[in-house]
Amino acid sequence: MSVLVQFAIGLVFGLGLVIAGMSNPAKVLNFLDLAAIPSGGWDPSLAFVMAGAIAVTFIGFRLVLRRPQPIFGGTFHLPSATEIDARIVLGPAIFGVGWGLAGFCPGPAFTALTTGGSAAAFFIVAMLLGMSGARWLANRPSALLPATPHA
Amino acid sequence: MMATDFTPVASLLGGALIGASAVMLMAAKGRIAGVSGITVRLLPPYSDSEFAGRLAFILGIVVAPLVVLLVTGTAPVPTIETGPALLVLAGLLVGFGSVWGNGCTSGHGVCGLSRLSVRSLVATLTFMATAMATVFLTRHVF
Repeated sequence: MSVLVQFAIGLVFGLGLVIAGMSNPAKVLNFLDLAAIPSGGWDPSLAFVMAGAIAVTFIGFRLVLRRPQPIFGGTFHLPSATEIDARIVLGPAIFGVGWGLAGFCPGPAFTALTTGGSAAAFFIVAMLLGMSGARWLANRPSALLPATPHA
Repeated sequence: MMATDFTPVASLLGGALIGASAVMLMAAKGRIAGVSGITVRLLPPYSDSEFAGRLAFILGIVVAPLVVLLVTGTAPVPTIETGPALLVLAGLLVGFGSVWGNGCTSGHGVCGLSRLSVRSLVATLTFMATAMATVFLTRHVF
């Protein structure tokens, strides 16, 4: 039952991405292209996606987190880290370069798997490799790296 | 590069659905709807027994365009203008960076900002800045 529900929740997420136009990397890249503002080529849609998502989540999380526990049991898993370390800047900086190169972040890449042909598959395989690499590096015992594995 | 139409209503609505999904996942499982975090936990080694649920969530995202196709008769086709070599590089960077920074557009940009997390604000401003700089360089300099 829990697995079916999670499938449905993922489906809502994916439908949101598709309806928002975010399954199309061209739309994402046209948002990121601020230099296209003077020529009229800038597409501000992504800001509206973020606004719509944050408005619902901001209110929804507050309502949900008043409950004693999740519907399927267990506890609420909320990130507890508050430290601004090198990783929280370096990771997103690297992520952003990749996002800017292709216009794909993980969610939209998954929506493109059925309609984007081999290009989307290439991206996803590479993404999984990159994720494995980061996790391997994060969990590697080393004095040079933070000892706490987050991922 | 392909011109795209500004779609404020559809994008706001789609965004609201993404938010609703994040709220539902928190309500049902007590988990942050961060796509990179969910995806990396599909890869071994496993630290809990939530594999099936995580896979189901990702499969839900994957089949969404097919559901749109069934309902409306047309599926939106993504315009991918990036060549294979650059796509692979982009995938490696997106995968590595999202796990190294503990989140991507959904985990930090939607869930984290909604929780007023300072870490997520730093992460979101950083990836927005480097993504915009990358697009500037690839479209207007090189």
